[in-house]
Parts: sequence; structure tokens; C-alpha cells
Amino acid sequence: MKPRTLHDEPLIFERNPERGPRGTFRLPAGEVPPVDPRATLPAEQLREPLDLLPDLGELEVVQHFHRLSQMNFAVDEGLYPLGSCTMKYNPRVCERACRLEGFTEVHPLEPDGHVQGALELMWELERALVAITGMAAVTLQPAAGAHGELTGMLMIRKALAARGDARQAVIIPDSAHGTNPASATFAGYRALEIASGPDGTVDMAALDRMMDETVAGIMLTVPNTLGVFEHRIVEISRLVHERGGYVYLDGANLNAFVGRALPGLMGADALHINLHKTFSTPHGGGGPGAGPVAVSEALVPYLPVPRVVREGDAFRMVWEDERSIGPMRGFYANFLVLVRALAYIRGMGSDGLREMSEAAVLLANLVRRRLEGAYHLQYEAPTLHEVVFDDTFQKEHGVTNIDIAKRLLDHGFHPPTVSFPLIVHGALMIEPTESPSPEEVEAFCEAMLAIAREAAEDPERLRTAPHGTPVRRLDEVAAARSPVLRWRKE
Amino acid sequence: MSVPNDLRYTRTHEWVREEGDTVVVGITHYAQEQLGEVVYVELPEVGRTLDAGEELGTLESVKAVSEFFSPVAGEVAEVNERLDDEPGLVNDDPYGEGWLVKITVSGDGAELMDAAAYEAFLAEEGH
Amino acid sequence: MHPWIGVGEADRRRILDELGLDSVDALFETVPAAVRTDRLDLPPAEDEGRLMASMRALSGRNTTAAAVPSFLGAGAYRHVQPSAVDAVLSRAEFFTSYTPYQPEISQGTLQAIFEFQTVIAGLAGLDVANASLYDGATALVEAALMSHRLLRAKRNTVVVAETVHPMYRRVLETYAGALGIAVVTVPPGEDGRTDPGRLAAAAGGDACCLVVQSPNFVGIVEDLPAVAEAAHGAGAMAVQVVAEAASLGILHGGGRFGFDIVCGEAQSLGLPLGFGGPHLGFFACREEHKRQMPGRLVGQTVDADGRRGFCLTLSTREQHIRRAKATSNICSNHGLMALAATVFMELLGGSGLRAMALGSHAAAEETKRRVLMLGDPWRLAYPIAPTFDEFLLVGPAPGEELARRAAEAGVFAGVPSRKWGGSWPDGLLVAATETTRAGEIRALVEVLGRIGR
Repeated sequence: MKPRTLHDEPLIFERNPERGPRGTFRLPAGEVPPVDPRATLPAEQLREPLDLLPDLGELEVVQHFHRLSQMNFAVDEGLYPLGSCTMKYNPRVCERACRLEGFTEVHPLEPDGHVQGALELMWELERALVAITGMAAVTLQPAAGAHGELTGMLMIRKALAARGDARQAVIIPDSAHGTNPASATFAGYRALEIASGPDGTVDMAALDRMMDETVAGIMLTVPNTLGVFEHRIVEISRLVHERGGYVYLDGANLNAFVGRALPGLMGADALHINLHKTFSTPHGGGGPGAGPVAVSEALVPYLPVPRVVREGDAFRMVWEDERSIGPMRGFYANFLVLVRALAYIRGMGSDGLREMSEAAVLLANLVRRRLEGAYHLQYEAPTLHEVVFDDTFQKEHGVTNIDIAKRLLDHGFHPPTVSFPLIVHGALMIEPTESPSPEEVEAFCEAMLAIAREAAEDPERLRTAPHGTPVRRLDEVAAARSPVLRWRKE
Repeated sequence: MSVPNDLRYTRTHEWVREEGDTVVVGITHYAQEQLGEVVYVELPEVGRTLDAGEELGTLESVKAVSEFFSPVAGEVAEVNERLDDEPGLVNDDPYGEGWLVKITVSGDGAELMDAAAYEAFLAEEGH
Repeated sequence: MHPWIGVGEADRRRILDELGLDSVDALFETVPAAVRTDRLDLPPAEDEGRLMASMRALSGRNTTAAAVPSFLGAGAYRHVQPSAVDAVLSRAEFFTSYTPYQPEISQGTLQAIFEFQTVIAGLAGLDVANASLYDGATALVEAALMSHRLLRAKRNTVVVAETVHPMYRRVLETYAGALGIAVVTVPPGEDGRTDPGRLAAAAGGDACCLVVQSPNFVGIVEDLPAVAEAAHGAGAMAVQVVAEAASLGILHGGGRFGFDIVCGEAQSLGLPLGFGGPHLGFFACREEHKRQMPGRLVGQTVDADGRRGFCLTLSTREQHIRRAKATSNICSNHGLMALAATVFMELLGGSGLRAMALGSHAAAEETKRRVLMLGDPWRLAYPIAPTFDEFLLVGPAPGEELARRAAEAGVFAGVPSRKWGGSWPDGLLVAATETTRAGEIRALVEVLGRIGR
């Protein structure tokens, strides 16, 4: 991260407002005669020439974004241990593969015979995800994890409706990601929060009390957001199934056990897979992700359409299926993300994927070992791919998890996830992933330990951090009190 | 911790001041401290009728949302419109200019605590 | 050992030693035996050369829309692809970062989104826009659900013009069904446009919003001022969905005419066709409704030194804070696609966006004119309706057959208009853009001429 440059990068709208237009991107010309839109389109809907954007040369625009890029932290810059987000290395060969013209320049509505490669790729990725999860089938449609959750819950809803069973609620642990209760709501269910037991896993007695004929099922993250495996998962699924419910597994943390455990054996009925986590498709500054959903036999009939089907050596896209929940989005999937994921799976191979989970768990345990004692650990159950500390010790000096996060920026590391999960006050959720070298992880731990010392010796230095970033701590209160959500001409 | 003697309190951390047949409602010093800097207050419509314990509105900080509830049954008589532009009044002066709602009382309220009881409640809850 | 994994064999032993463990298996002890596996039924790892060869082989089995004359549209359009867009997207600082939760080290992403929000709001003719949604279909869903929230407990029906993309309508039905929200569909009039009066009357007093697409599924520009007026007359929100964002270069967004929400698909602004995704959902609305918006928002603020900076804001609407009561379940959005659109729009500038729209319109008008010169049996389904860059052509056979026969002859002549059903004539939706070459139009005319004989 470069320190603040001498000039702030202006908004594009503030550039050369009075100096007149420059040559912008050259469009094809001269192929067809021009048309006067006043003769062909409703006059009252025609806009005047756009004055929204200045006309700038290509270098000016490229420089603008280059400079902006210099104010971003990224995986390629240093450890990015953002817990639950799984910020691993994005292999460049996957980026190259998804840019092949035979993928990028394919229209989604070409006749099936012209897109056999695309359909086969989707079919093959589905098979790979079936192998990895041990489930019966997969839909690739969802655009992100949350979208996958909703897809899964709508299938559960449809399966219940098919047997005339209208249930009203879904059980969700208090440690769950916020998308779980939100997705349950948008699937038409009330979210029933179940408290975590003392070891951070589901309290079986509470589940036994709550799981009745009004409850559609449970949404459970495995391993959960504390990085702890729900070791009674088989019993939980059995109990839910016996009472007529379904089990939704949030696969956000699938990267913890690829090749070591199968959701299909856990009793899962639906499970979403964040391709941008486990299968390393880039996070893109906030997306696009992809959230395929794997399902048990019980939910196969309700998978969203359209679906890829194989007939002999040929593939076809099927749009109609009466039992399906219907489509969840336009077209088929975030296809170019799928290309990257399949490239990653092929590049890792069966052994590499197993090794991936092992290395991720090893490094998370290394972090835990190094930081235990200096940071408070509320839940002491064994750690898989991530570990959740909190700021209990540092609070004694008036230092919060936010201060610690901001100070880490000065050490050149991205902070862990803060203030989540909600059941840990002042949480610092650390997930190194399998990609970094142990030296990088150790250097991060050294920085964390230095910050813990600093909290006792010079807490003010922490409360005013960061000190070396392109901007200093931002006034988020002012931003929310009087929101300015766009630039306006003065 | 500031807990004025002339007010009464709820277990959900609202305070109540009686003014004739109306009551003024706000949130306590403790509640605003827990929430952090208030950035937005969602207030009920004037004229809405309420049962005791019904949700009146929400208070938002940058990273949290908290509901507040009507301590009495009645009708919303007035809301503190200054909070639209100055939500920070809830933090700066929770018992004064940061009041939230005035309600014309129409029935019995929930059981309210006096200042001593509320302080004991805070202590008991481990606050 | 694998190059994408940072831990070597010796590292592994060293870490295990530090942890006091004999083998990595000990770390997985909490995984119950009943759910364990010790193998994956997948092929071994491929080296880069083989991997690229196999991916290239798959990609080679697709016909690119650039390789043959193509007039396919219906929600995904071939427009210019400036090289600089992908060059910016390929910067690791953008594509290997995540949601800018830590604004001090995310000003690049945040400022780019702020610029995106500004331009989208401007194109829509509305006050505010969010940081992106998945695609046009889900953006429409979010618009309908937001309208429903704003009129909660009062109105329970979403009224949709049938000329909204059928794929979008089906997605809307998937979502609305689970929430018990009714969806009523209103077919177009004889001129291919939606009758605002019929739209407003369709749900009696129960409509929370009236939704039109403009340009609509059959390419026609709807009477937006009349629709907005009808919606407000019926006490409903007016929602415009846009499937071809290039149109906004010459046509006002609905906000200008009083629409409350303008949303849709912005693939046309710099994104590849990509066999349908990832594309880019956009969403704009009025200032007064901003607290009911779905998705992330970037706002301007100042840092501790009083200098301008940007951060995510109004986050209390979102799932990570409001959980079950959030305005949407969306978390990851399509940030990188929003960046692509921002770079694209800034490369073209205001005049380029207008020129692209004019070029697309002119290409479609020329295609229309040339095809109609073939005469009987080729005709326009809606001869007098104003279209932007797509139109519905009727010929001697159903659309599916026309598309198949043209494709066999080496031209993607259009999308069958009743691929998803519909009350309009069964023909081809023919789209042209600024990238359409005169030679492609000649090829289309020639192939259709042969089919028509």
C-alpha cells in the first residue's frame, strides 16, 4: 500500500469541466446511414446530450483507475485473513481460462447445438461438485451464497408444499451469518434463533424443544462461524428429519473439509457452495460470486430451471419442469465464474483439494497457537479453518477490536473480520486460508502480538490508527447521518 | 450513570415523564450509550394508537439497530421532529432535547420502575 | 505439494511439531467418523498447459457471436468492448480484494462505486442508486419487493406488463410466490405497447407497483409519462425495468417522468455476453426511499483530517445488521461488474454513450428497412411502434424454426419471440447494435430471403 499520494484523486466528474471534450473511445462508424431519432422515437423521451460524464482521452481514464487501485489493499498485497470470507490466492490460469473468446463472446440464447462446450462445462462442474459434496445433484444458478440460501429454502418450501405441509419457521443458530435469517424471511419463513451451547455448537436440548411440526427445518453452518465443527451433525439431521423438517447446510466454510467429510453423509438436504471461497474465484471488490446449491434426492425434483441435461453425447438446456421452483435469475448462472471454478478444480485435482483443506486448518491452528494468551478466546473448542478471538484483554486499556483492526493496516495486513459472529463481543475472526506461506502468517501473528503490547503501553496510538494509509479513519457517523450517495454539480 | 429521580423506567430502557394526560418517552442514558452514536431515528406517525409494549420505532447507529417500545397504551400525540436532522440529540441529551415521542394515555400502562428500581435493575442485569 | 498452497511438506511438519501433533488427522478429530471420507472421486491435477488445452477445447465447441453474423438480443447485447476495461479489471488491487468493509484501505473500490452510483442515478433520472445487484431479473424482483414494503399491509399485488422480459417475470413469480404476493400480468395492446389505463386497473386498488420494461421485450419504447401518471393515479409505485441499458444514451430514464424506481440490466455497458453471466443489476430510486433500498451503498464522508473519503453507509438496512428484517438478503453483489461499467462509461464519456445509442438505433433501423424490402411473407409484428435497437419480425414459420434454419445457414437471425410463451406474434426478435456491420445485415437479408422463398 502506497501512502497517501500528494494529490487526492478527483472524481471523474471533477476533471477538466471547462476545457471541452477530448477524443473518447472510438466507436464503429460508417456501416449504416445515420438516423435522426426525432423522426423515429417519442420526442418527449429523447434526452439532450449527456452532460453526466466528461469526454476524456483513454490515458486519463486509465490513470484515474490506476491511481484508485493504488488505494486498495488486495490478496496479492499481503495477508488478508478476513474470517468467513476465505480470501485465498486467485490462480492466474483461471483468469486466463475464463477470458477465452469461446466463453466470453457466447450469447446465452444461441441454439443449444452451438453452445455444447458451455453446456458440457456446466455439466462437468455439477458432477465435480456432486463428487465433492456427496449430494445427489447441483444447480449452478445462484449468483452468490445468499442467493443460494434462498434457492435452497425455496426448494424446501416447495417440497413441504408438495406434501401439503405448510410450516412457518426455520431454526437458525445465533452464530449464523446474517444472510441466513434474511434468506429465511425472503423464503416466507420466520427465523427462530437458537442459542449456541457453551462449546459454540447447537444446544441439542433447545433444538429438541423447538423442532416441531410448525418448523420447516434448520439452517446450519458447518463448520460454524466460530470455526467449530458441529460434531452432533448426524443426530441433529436425524432429529430434524424425524419431525418432518429439512436440513439446510450453509457451505460457506466447505473449504475446511474438502476430501475429508461429505455433507451428503451429514444428512443435508441442501447446501450452497461459495465458489468464490472454496474454489477461489476472485472476490472482485464485492462480487461477482457464485453460490451453486447441492441437494439430496428429496429435493432434486424442485431444482430451479433452466437445467442442463445430457442426452448421449449432447447437452441441452431444459426450461420447463412443473415441479421446479422456477428460475432464480436471468439466464443460467454466473458462467464466467463457473469457468474459473472448474479450472481451479482441475488445476488442484483430487489430492490438491484435500491438501488445500489440510493446509487451511493447519495455518488457522498456527494462528491460534501463536495468539492464545495475548488475545482472549471465548470458545475453546478445536479450531478448523478459522479462529475467533476477541478484545476482552485489550478493553481493559480502552482499546477495541476496531482499534486493533485499524492498527493492523499500519503493519501492512488486512484486518480479520470484526464484530462477527454476534455471539462474541468484540470479535476478531481470523482465517488465513491455505495460500499464504507460514512466514507471512507468522509475520501477521507478530504484528498482532505487537499490537497487544501496544494496547497496554500506548493505547492512544491504537485509538487513532491507522496512521499510514491513504486516508485516516473515516467518519462513518457523519456519512450515515447525512448521506451523500452521489456527486452533484455545485 | 445518570438516572434522574423524577422519571419512571421500563425494562427495555425507555424513560417516561408524565405531563397531565400525556407522557413523554425517551431512551435512557444507559441505552444510548449501549447503542453508540445515533444516526437515524424512525418515529411513529402522529395519531397512531398503541398498546402498551408495542414497538414505537427504531434507533440506528452505524452498525446496530434497536427498537423502542411504548410504555403505555394510547395515541401518538407528537414526535420529536428535530431528530430528523439532529439524531445525535438522543446521545447528547437523552432526558431532555433527545426525547422521542409524546403519547396521550388511554389506558393502563405496563408496570414502570422508579429511578431506584431501575438502577437496581441495571445492577442486577450486570450493567 | 501444490503451487497454490503455501505450506510445503517441511512446513507442515514444523507446524505440527509446534502444535504438538503427530499428524494432520488430529486436527479433524471433531469431524464425526460417520461423515468422513478419505478420497475424492475427481481426476488428478492438471498442469497449466494441459489445463488451458482442455479449457480451450471446451471453449472451441461454442460458436462465438462474433464469429457469425449475430442479431441475438433479448436481454444480452453485443456492444463494443474497450480493451482498457478488462485491463483495469485485471488489476489485482481490484479483482483480488473484497467488499470495502475497511474504508481506509479500500478508497479505490469505494470511489469507483461512488462514481458508478452517480452515473446510474443520472441515467435513471433519479436521486440515488445502489452499488449493484446480480442482474436485471433480480433487480426487478428487488424493486417489486421494495414497493411492497413501502405499501406494506395495504397493497399485495405486483402488476407487470407482459412485455417485461418473460425471464424476469418468471423470476419474479419464483420470489413472490413464497411471500404470498400476487403477480398480475397485463398483455400489450395491438401496437405492442402497454395500455397504462389497463395496467392501472388490473389490480383494482391492490397494486403496490406497476412495472413496465422500456424498451420492452419486443423492442418497443413504452409511453413512460402515461405509465407513471397511471401508477400514481392508482396509488401505486411506478417501476421501470431496463434490459438494454444502451438505450439510456438517448432515452431518458423513467425518473424524468416520475417513476419511483428505475432498475435493470447493465450488461450492455462494457460486459461480455459470457453465456449469460455475470451480468450487472442496477437499481435507482428516490432519495426519500433510500432507507428501503436493497444492497450496498457507498457514501461520501471525511477522514480524521477532514479530507474527503468514501465508506459503505446506511448499512443498517442490510442482512449483517438487520438479519431477518433486512431489506434484502443480498451480501456479495456484482462489484467487479459495476467497476467494468464505470470504466466503460468513463472511456466513452457522455458523447460516447450517446453515440453508442444512436449507432445501435441506426443499425436496427437499417436492419429493419433492409429486411422489410424482402416483402411478403416478412413483416413487422408492430409496424408503427417506435423501437430502439430490437424489433419483432414475423416470417413464414414459427420463430424457433426460423432461428434454427438461419443458424444452419450461418446466421444468428434472432431470438424466437415465444421461447418463453407470450401473447405477441410468433417470430424473431432481431437486435442490432453499433457493432453490427453492413455485411452482417446483408448476410441476414440473404438468409431470410432464402428461408422466405
